[in-house]
Amino acid sequence: MKVLFSFILAVVCIFTFSAAHAEDILNGAGASFPAPIYQAWAYDYNKATGMKLNYQSIGSGGGIRQIESRTVDFGASDAPLTPEELDKNNLIQFPAVMGGVVLVVNLPGVKAGQMTLDSNAVCKAYLGDAKYWDDPSIKALNPGVNLPHTEITVVHRSDGSGTTAIFTNYLGGQCSEWKTRVGAGTSVKFPVGIGGKGNEGVSNYVKQAPAAIGYVEYAYALQNNLAYTLLKNPAGKVLAPGFDAFKEAAASADFDPKKHFDLWLVNAPGKDAWPIAGATFILLARDKKDSDMKTVKFYDWAFKNGDSKAEDLTYVPLPKSLKDKIRAYWKEYGIY
Amino acid sequence: MPIIERRNSVDFVFSVITAVASGVVVLLILGILIVLIHESWLAINHFGVIRFIISTDWDPVKESFGAATAIFGTFVTTVLALFIAIPIAIGIAIFVTEICPPFLKEPIGIAIELLAAIPSIIYGMWGLFTLAPIMAKYIEPALQHSIGALPVVGILFQGTPMGIDMLTASVILSIMIIPFTASISRDSFNLTPAVVKESAYAIGTTKWEVVKNIVLPYSKLGIYGGITLSLGRALGETMAVAFVLGNNHQITSSLLNAAATITVTLANEFTEADKDLYLSSLFYLAIILFIMSFIVLALAKFFLLKAERKYSR
Repeated sequence: MKVLFSFILAVVCIFTFSAAHAEDILNGAGASFPAPIYQAWAYDYNKATGMKLNYQSIGSGGGIRQIESRTVDFGASDAPLTPEELDKNNLIQFPAVMGGVVLVVNLPGVKAGQMTLDSNAVCKAYLGDAKYWDDPSIKALNPGVNLPHTEITVVHRSDGSGTTAIFTNYLGGQCSEWKTRVGAGTSVKFPVGIGGKGNEGVSNYVKQAPAAIGYVEYAYALQNNLAYTLLKNPAGKVLAPGFDAFKEAAASADFDPKKHFDLWLVNAPGKDAWPIAGATFILLARDKKDSDMKTVKFYDWAFKNGDSKAEDLTYVPLPKSLKDKIRAYWKEYGIY
Repeated sequence: MPIIERRNSVDFVFSVITAVASGVVVLLILGILIVLIHESWLAINHFGVIRFIISTDWDPVKESFGAATAIFGTFVTTVLALFIAIPIAIGIAIFVTEICPPFLKEPIGIAIELLAAIPSIIYGMWGLFTLAPIMAKYIEPALQHSIGALPVVGILFQGTPMGIDMLTASVILSIMIIPFTASISRDSFNLTPAVVKESAYAIGTTKWEVVKNIVLPYSKLGIYGGITLSLGRALGETMAVAFVLGNNHQITSSLLNAAATITVTLANEFTEADKDLYLSSLFYLAIILFIMSFIVLALAKFFLLKAERKYSR
């Protein structure tokens, strides 16, 4: 009897304890792409304020569903929701951090930054219309590069991912045939090519397969020493990928707080803007002001103190103009 | 308290606990089935049963889904894996029970069981980084030049070898299921009455004849059971295959093409399935796999029971 009693006492203690502590924990769930930076920020934030962030990287689809059912304080999604979807579920959204997507190739003698592509050439390769590397669409952009008459091995993601969503939106925005034949989304029906699981899978296949082309997040191209290509943006300028080009994309893009920042950061109009970038978004419930304020506090702190950490992990911090827009947006909803 | 009464009450509590424990299992399975049906109801209504099973379309953008490609991939990789694994596994079992010197029996047995204990994600990573390049560079070109040049069977080896295909996936699967088939076959072989074997040796039969005419017929049903259990494992295997199959929803004649299985589709697409019908279709795929696995395991149980009855007499 005594044992039983002390057991019950212990259980009760544990429960009250965790209930008392629940106030200092912020629960988030969603996209896996920004998980490392959210966790890094959370670590520093915890040291600075004592507040804990528990972020589960379960994928954007899961993040959206969790915030819709209000089981977390915030959801995270790589794809922005449309204003209609947000209204339907009484949500608001804002971008938190960005990433750039680059094209990588594996051709003998071609090093990083030596090859130039544009949306037309990439689109043709991914549709299977351009079968060989010496296709006129590629040749015209690369007069100085020795392009072999070998078949292009197209590599894409096999799993659903925000990277694919960004990439397919980029193609869809410039190449009407892609839009009608394939479309854009987290996973699409690619007409040609092999699928790699995750950025690491695509990197690995591009490395292994002769004459391959693939798309990966910028960080993976750097880590794996892959030969990334230059891209010609809609303004007609040939650019190398890098933080400045990604940031310029965000600065020149028309993020509209009235539309809850619903925007794909592709084919941004800026002269020096990298054409394939994407922001990742935070979703909040309009009816849960308390947890919204806690979340906003965290991201406000991260906007102020987290830029260098983000760049260390090859994420692109938002430009100042956009951060100010987001703060005004928070104020409008009374959570800042 | 009298001892008898006390023992009865202890007995009663004990039987209640065990009954609850086993009842929970049945409830869990029913619960899973109900949840699966509930979650996939949207897709079941939208596509129907027959249309979903025979449709080869899997297009998340246009929200048109069909299970045929995934069922095809599941079927081909599983059958091919069994095709590779069964002869090897039975060979191992024969060696361990009949041929190998006694001091080697234990280490080989342990090695086989360890193979079964390796987590499947490790097979997956090994497959992606080690096996796939080897398949693409050496084994698949060699197969293309030998078997691929033959008529009819040659169809199976067309295309550029990339190492990301049904053949590589089947090889990994076969390595994973060898321990199951091997250890169950070994146990069945051990059930062969020693008297019968010794009599056969006494009248001058060779080892090969003993294995062929006495051991194998005696343990036939046990081997079937082992194979069916491996089949169940191969059907449900996910991570090992997810890395090397490519998740391409297509039905092709060549084994050197990427494909998708039901589990691979689920593992790859579940987290980012953002539309209701998409998610519901994934649950629908899960039901199909659930039913397939259920049938396979029921068959395995049937064979094992039959074998048990035969030898317990």
